[in-house]
Formats: sequence, structure tokens, C-alpha cells
Amino acid sequence: MVAFVIRRLLISVVLLLVVSFVCFALVQMLGDPIGEWAAGQRQRNPGGADAAIAAAYQRAGLDTSFLTRYWTWLTNFVTGNWGTTVNPGQTPKEVEPQIMHSLWITMRLVLVAEILAIMVGSIVGVLTAVKRYSWFDYIITAFSFLMFALPLFCLAVILKIGGIQFNNVLQNNGFDRWLVTSGYPPGGFTGSFGNQVYQYLGVYLLPTLCLMAISFAVYARYQRSSMLDVLSSDYVRTARAKGVSNTTVIWKHAFRNALIPVVTVGSLQIGTAFAGAIITETVFGWQGMGYILVQNVNRKEPYMILAFLMVTGVFIILFNLLADIAYTLLDPRVRLD
Amino acid sequence: MTDILRAQVPESEAEAATEREFTVQARSRRQVVARRFVRHKTALIGSIIIIALILFAVLGQLFWSAGINPDYGSFLPPSSTHPFGTDQLGRDMLALIIRGIQFSLLIAVVVAILVVVIGVTLGAVAGYLGGWQDSLVNRLVDLMLILPAIVVVGVMAVKFQGSWVMVAVFLGLTTWMTLTRIIRGMVLSLREKEFVEAAKALGASTPRIIFKHIVPNCSDVIIVSATLTIAQAVLLEAALSFIGLGVKPPDTSLGLLLNETQNYLPTANAWLFWITLAFVVLVSLSVNFIGDGLRDALDPRQDKVRA
Amino acid sequence: MSTPITGVFTEIPSRSGEIALSVKNLCVNFPTDDGVVHAVRDISFDLREGEVLGVVGESGSGKSVSSMAVMGLLPKNAEITGSVEFEDREIVGMSDKQMRSIRGNGIAMIFQDPMTSLNPVYTIGWQLAEAYRSHHQVSKQVAAKRVLEVLDVVGIPQPDRRAKQFPHEFSGGMRQRVMIAMAVINEPKIIIADEPTTALDVTVQAQILDTLRLLRDELSAAIIMITHDLGVVTGIADRVQVMYAGTMVETGNVRTVFTEPRMPYTVGLLSSIPRADSVGIRLRPIKGAPPSLVNMPPGCPFSPRCPLSRADCDESEPDMVDVDSPGHQARCRHWDEVAATPDPRSLFDTSSDADAVLPGDDAILSEEIAE
Repeated sequence: MVAFVIRRLLISVVLLLVVSFVCFALVQMLGDPIGEWAAGQRQRNPGGADAAIAAAYQRAGLDTSFLTRYWTWLTNFVTGNWGTTVNPGQTPKEVEPQIMHSLWITMRLVLVAEILAIMVGSIVGVLTAVKRYSWFDYIITAFSFLMFALPLFCLAVILKIGGIQFNNVLQNNGFDRWLVTSGYPPGGFTGSFGNQVYQYLGVYLLPTLCLMAISFAVYARYQRSSMLDVLSSDYVRTARAKGVSNTTVIWKHAFRNALIPVVTVGSLQIGTAFAGAIITETVFGWQGMGYILVQNVNRKEPYMILAFLMVTGVFIILFNLLADIAYTLLDPRVRLD
Repeated sequence: MTDILRAQVPESEAEAATEREFTVQARSRRQVVARRFVRHKTALIGSIIIIALILFAVLGQLFWSAGINPDYGSFLPPSSTHPFGTDQLGRDMLALIIRGIQFSLLIAVVVAILVVVIGVTLGAVAGYLGGWQDSLVNRLVDLMLILPAIVVVGVMAVKFQGSWVMVAVFLGLTTWMTLTRIIRGMVLSLREKEFVEAAKALGASTPRIIFKHIVPNCSDVIIVSATLTIAQAVLLEAALSFIGLGVKPPDTSLGLLLNETQNYLPTANAWLFWITLAFVVLVSLSVNFIGDGLRDALDPRQDKVRA
Repeated sequence: MSTPITGVFTEIPSRSGEIALSVKNLCVNFPTDDGVVHAVRDISFDLREGEVLGVVGESGSGKSVSSMAVMGLLPKNAEITGSVEFEDREIVGMSDKQMRSIRGNGIAMIFQDPMTSLNPVYTIGWQLAEAYRSHHQVSKQVAAKRVLEVLDVVGIPQPDRRAKQFPHEFSGGMRQRVMIAMAVINEPKIIIADEPTTALDVTVQAQILDTLRLLRDELSAAIIMITHDLGVVTGIADRVQVMYAGTMVETGNVRTVFTEPRMPYTVGLLSSIPRADSVGIRLRPIKGAPPSLVNMPPGCPFSPRCPLSRADCDESEPDMVDVDSPGHQARCRHWDEVAATPDPRSLFDTSSDADAVLPGDDAILSEEIAE
């Protein structure tokens, strides 16, 4: 197992290198971040702006060839120097603290939502498979369909408006507004532990529900489908023929086998969950990873985008590795290759 | 499903006997699938809705004369001349929505075509040939999975100024991975089957075996996948355009419309947003229903208890 | 390789040939989109302790469905009527909870495909222990000991090591032995073996049959051996029951039925077996196909394919009648004609057909072509 993990990590490093190159090329294609400003400078000060423009390029590290730039950035990046913003119109901001701060915000959202979604989703999936065509099954199925059809951002908007109405009700009844529908508290959470939990819930509840809803539907459907497959398998028939109780058949024999493809789905879901988090944050006005992305893509900030891509890349690789390990723990037939 | 082979019975007496025995009408697979699909209530509803929407989108422009130019007063409420009212710039909402649906569906179909072509080709080649081709495809899939699609498409969309074609192309180029894995898995098990051996024994070339023998056996999965990809693509593109990383004018889409109308939400004109949202949901739901109906029709489990 | 191990199974006073299972007028129907499928139509038989009953028939004859009905393992939409008596209790209509105490305990089943019949994520030791602990309140250690004993009896070497392994680490034959071990761990009175050797190759098949014979002796259990392989039946069964189109068409002592068949279907089955000494002679399949079980014609279901078919055969289905030997019954009105024919297999000769030739001596083949 240890050898497997080490080998995977090594492969991941290589993969990340390739990714870094592809990302760099991608960002390069985006265009020149200083170009507009430079054109503006030339207009205002024709002839005299060249020195300032050259200086701006040099400060941004954009004055050398593509490969040199790549190498410089890469060596800096792995040693912790992630660069700064390059837009000459404002003071350069360090990339690393911005990214890490927003990463922390987003990760809490994604992790909690996904873990809850998979736990609740798989249990509900089992129940809908066992009680096929019952009213419970129909409700969950209808809900799942709705979640598949409803775009995430719409759900976010609906929840946001719902939250505002809820707050109005609270306020009209003399309570404080609780759910935070716009913005993430810049100072974090303060006060006693209980107070912090209260604030935390107020901020995270709606976005987490939003992210969870769709993931939950995916897991529940896949689990249901997988359970139906497993419940009609020969080995479940054998278990019944042994006289094993129905509960044991479902939760010991069927569930574990049915979970295997769901874990596979889970590892693919990470990317989607992340994308979902970006959208949800945008709707709720958080300055998380999503905000960073939209802002910086539109401004063509190369170092911000690159850091963003690399960080998400690392996380996705990590989670895939975890999913693979879970997979081998669940299924003894899988040999660690 | 192959028919059960019966012993050669050249004599007419035995033939008549066999005829007599089969009083249950034998149906071709296509008929069986079609029959099951039609029985599926949600699939039927989905088909009706999507056909209505397509007709709406395609023929709407012929019948509806109001245009998307800002010729009318802003924020006119719904009336007989403007069933959905007008927006801030004075454009007729119904016309905007018709155009939005056109583009959204177009984009989604292009994405689905790309995903199927890339996914099936890569998956089948990787699954059948194994070896370095398989490793290469797997690494490619891993690589693409690491790159967040939303970022890649967003960046490309900004670069190409929000052209719908580019958005569609790059969405397709970043979402083929799931189908590839599925097809690869299916091909891995199919290639051990006897009909492949038989084809090889008859001297079929490898591309022929892959594309004329194995892939058609995956057709169920491909059809369902393509349908669900369309639904997924509609939503993906809408999400991207909504946050500003997707389609931009002069092209349009339902997502872009939502982006534009979301600002009216706190005001009395919020219905502009909701009506657009309703259409997005309708498109997505109906395609999802069809996909689910197809999946059930192609591979049902026959143990629903009959009353 | 099998050395009888005494003391693994409790000393049972040798059972006296009492009736272990009594089936009367068992019918199983399945409602489907195309109509009601009559999978099992009116089966009646008694099974005595220590006896091996071979159940023979084509796919779709109802042989598996009837056993699943006895075990209570059919899907919920199956309609079961009739009576199945075991240990003075009526099984048809029993609740699932009551059935569970019998399944794997009083009546055990061995399934056809050992590759898929074992749960891939648990060790076989765990699965065997579960079979034991589902019916006995014992500690894990006691169960583990029992597991090792029973693995030994069925002939699995190094049981202590093997018990910790997973099914995918076993060969097909070994897995089937594990299935047998699972069936006998609770010393059942009846073992139903549904085509236990069909998925295995011939040498392994012989070993499995040896193991089953050994266990029959050790346990005095009755065995229902379902198979479509007539060779297996002759190798292990005392009595045989031939099934066609959901019902029994002939039953009796194995030797008698196979040497003096009285129902044309049985004759057809026997004549379709290729013989090692019949080089160059055409094979004799039974023409046509089994009838659909949905809309059955009123007469004998075999009539369309029967060389002895008469007008009265198509009017109504015959009952099971006693034929010339004791305990031998057949569902045919014209069994006496079959009895009178010196070589009944010749009834199924297909010499005028253009196909189905055994590869043989070139001289014989070219002779036939020249004809």
C-alpha cells in the first residue's frame, strides 16, 4: 500500500508538471494583460511612454521568451514565490496570501458539502432501491430529477432569495438576521465558541445546502442503480438462500458492493463540486476561489490564474488518490498497480 | 439480443408446428424499445416538451415579428404585443428567449457530438488495443480531469470574445472524459466475447472490428450518454455565461440572458429572470426525462409488480 | 482425495426412508406484459430421506423455478399455489421470516455458477461462518472451528489458510466446493443442487459429484439434482424426474426410465445423445422448439414435436399414469406404443435431413454424399 501511494505521488508530480506547462500555455493564449494599459499610456503620452511600458513588462516578468518565462515561473512557484498581480494600474498584490485565504474558505464549503452529500446520498440511494416504487422512492426520484435539471446557479439564487425572506421573517419577529446572503465576513468568526458556530452556520448553511443538493441527487441515483444491480446478483441470492436476515443482506452484502461504483463516481465528482463551489460563491458574493477566478480571468492576470490552476490541480489529484485508496479498501479484487 | 437458434427444420410440417407454438407475437428489438419508451410517462412528457421547445425556437422567429432591437419602451409589462414584456433596453423578451433557446440548444448539441466522437473513439481504442494506447488515453483523461473545465472554457471564451462556437467546442473538449471511461470499460469486457473472435477469424481488420462490431454493442450507453450530455451542456453553458465566463454579445444564450436579468431580481421586474429560468429548467428537465426514458427502455429490469 | 471424516456431522440414527419433502400440485405463475407465464404447472412428487432425485429438462422446463419455489426465493410477483410440506410444515404461503429459519438450515441450495455466487468482498471463511451463525447462536471461535471442519470435508486443502482468502483467489471447482460446504454446514435434510457442475469442466465435475455422494452418505440427506446432463443423472441419481413445458412428463427409477422410457420426450432426449460408436451416423435432435409458456395449446405440450402424435393428443393434456414398472409413471396416452417399439430411438431418426452429421470415416461420408 505504501509503495502504491509513493508511486502514485511520483506520477502525480510528473502529471502536475505537464499540467503546469499546459496551464502556462493556456494563460499565454489569453493575451497580454498589460496591453490595454500600454495602449492607453501611448495615447496619453506618445513617445515618452516607452520606458514606463518596458519597465512594467519587466516588473511583471513578461519581457522574456515563452520558455524562459515558464522556467522562471516554475522555479519560483515550487519555492513558494507565487508572484504578484501585474496590472500596472494598481499596486501589485501578492498572489499567495490571496489564494490561500480564499482556498481555505472554499475548501470548507466543498468538503463539508461533498461528505454530507455522499453519506446521505448513499443511504437514501439504498432505501430507494430497496423500497422501489414506494412513495418515498417517487419523491426522492422527483427531487433528483429536479436537481439534475435545475442549474446550480439557479438553485443558489433561489436559496439566496429564500434566505432573504427568512431573514425578513426573523427581523419582523424581533430576532436578528441570521443567514448571510451576501459576502463572507472578512474578519472571520469572532466571539465565544457557541457564537462562532452560530455565525458559521449563518454563513455556510445556504451555500452548503446548495452544493449538497445536486451532489446528493447524483449519489442517490447512482447508489440506487448500483443497488438494483447488486440486489439481483447471484451472491445476494446465495446469501438469501443461506437464511440470512434481510437487513444483513442489504447492509452487509449488497451495500458494500454497490458502494464501489459510487466511489468511482465520487472521484469524478470532485471537479464538478469545485466548479459548483465557484458558482455558488459568486451568487452569494463570497470572495472565495470563484471570485478570484472570474476577476482575474477578466483581467488576464497570469500569475493569479496559474496559481489557481495549480492549487486546484493538486487538490483534485489528492482526492483522486484518496478515492482510489478507498476503492481498494472496499474491493479486494482490485490489485494495487 | 440474438434470437434463439432453432434446429434447421426444412420440412413444412415442422415449420407449421413452430408457427403454431408461437402465439405470442415476436417483436424486433427496435419495436420493443420503442414500445417501452412510449410507455414511460415521464419520457413521453419530456419528448413532447422538447419538441414543442424546438418548434418554438425554430419557427418562433418566423411568426413572431417583434425583434431584439431596443425599439420598445423599457420594462413594459406582459401584454398582447409583448407576451413576456420588455427588458431594460426595451427589447422584446419573447424574442430574446427564442434566440436564447436557439443558441443554448445549438451549443448543447455541438457539445454532445464532440463528446460522443471523442469519447467513443478514445474509449474504444484504449479498451480494445490496450498497451501503450490505453496508458496514453488514461493519462490524457487524468490530465483533463485535473484541469477544471470551467477555467479552461472560461479562459478560451474570454480569449475568443464569447463566440458561441468556441464556447461549444471547448466545452466539448473538456467533458468527454466520463464517456471515455465508460466506453473503455464496456469495450474491455466486450472484446473477450466470442463474436469478436469470430470476426477476427473471418479476417476483419482492427478498425472494422472496433467500429463495426464492438461500438454498435455500446449503442445503448452512447445514446443515453449523448442525451444526458445535451442536458448537462445546457446547464454548464448557462452557468458559465451566468458568471460572465461564457457566451457574450453579439451571440446570446439562456445563460447570458439570466446574467443580464439577474440584476432585476430585487426589483418589481424580477419576472424577467424567472421566466428565463423557467425555460432553462424546461429544456433541461425534458432532455433529462428523455435520457432516463431511453435508459429504461434500452435496459429495463422486469420486476415491477403488476397490479 | 476425500477421506470420510467422522465426527464432523453429528451421529444421526440412520434415517429410514421417510418422506422428507412432499410436493403436491405445485403451480407457479408470473404475470408479465405479454400475459401470464405458467412456469410450473401442477407438479407432485415425494422425496425420501437419503434419496437422490435427478430432475432433467431443457431450459425453460420449470426445473429451476420449482426449486426456487420450495426455497421461497422467487420474486414477489410470483404466484405460487399448491402444497409443499417439509417437517410437517406447509411452506407455500409461509412468511419470509419463517422461511429464513428453513433456508440454509433444513433445506440448502447449491447454485449453478460458482464464479458469481460468492460475495467478492468478503473472505470465504466469513461467508461460511455467516451461514453457520445465521442458524446457531455460537461464538465466532466456535463458528470458525466449524468452518475449518467443513472445508476439510469437502476436500479443500489447507483450510486455515484458505478460509482467509477471497473468492477470486479460488478456482471454479474450489468455489463450487465452498458452495457445497456452505450448503452442508448446517446439516440440512434436503440439498437442492441446481446444475452444480454445468459451469465446470468435466474432470472437476467428476470430483464435485464424488463430494456430493460422500456427503449424501455422511448426512443421510436427500438431494435434488437439477441438470440437463443425462450423464450426471445416471452417475448419482436414484430416481429421475423428466420435466417439459413446466410439468413432469415421466418419473421413476433411473435405470428403468433410461432403459425403458415410456414418454416420447424422454425417448427423444435419450436418442439425441451422440454415441461414441455412432461415427458417420446423423445426429438425432428433436425437431421444433419447446412451447411458449404464455398461451399454451390445450393438448399435450409435446405433441407438435412428437412422432407418435395422434388426434387425441391435441385435444387435452394427458395425466400422469402408472406404466409397466412399479413407481414408474409417464404423461402419455400412447405409452404402450412406445413400450411396443423395439428401438424407440429410431422414432426420432432424421435420415432425410440435410444436416447434423457426425464427423467420421471419409468412406462412409462419401458413400452418403453419393446417394
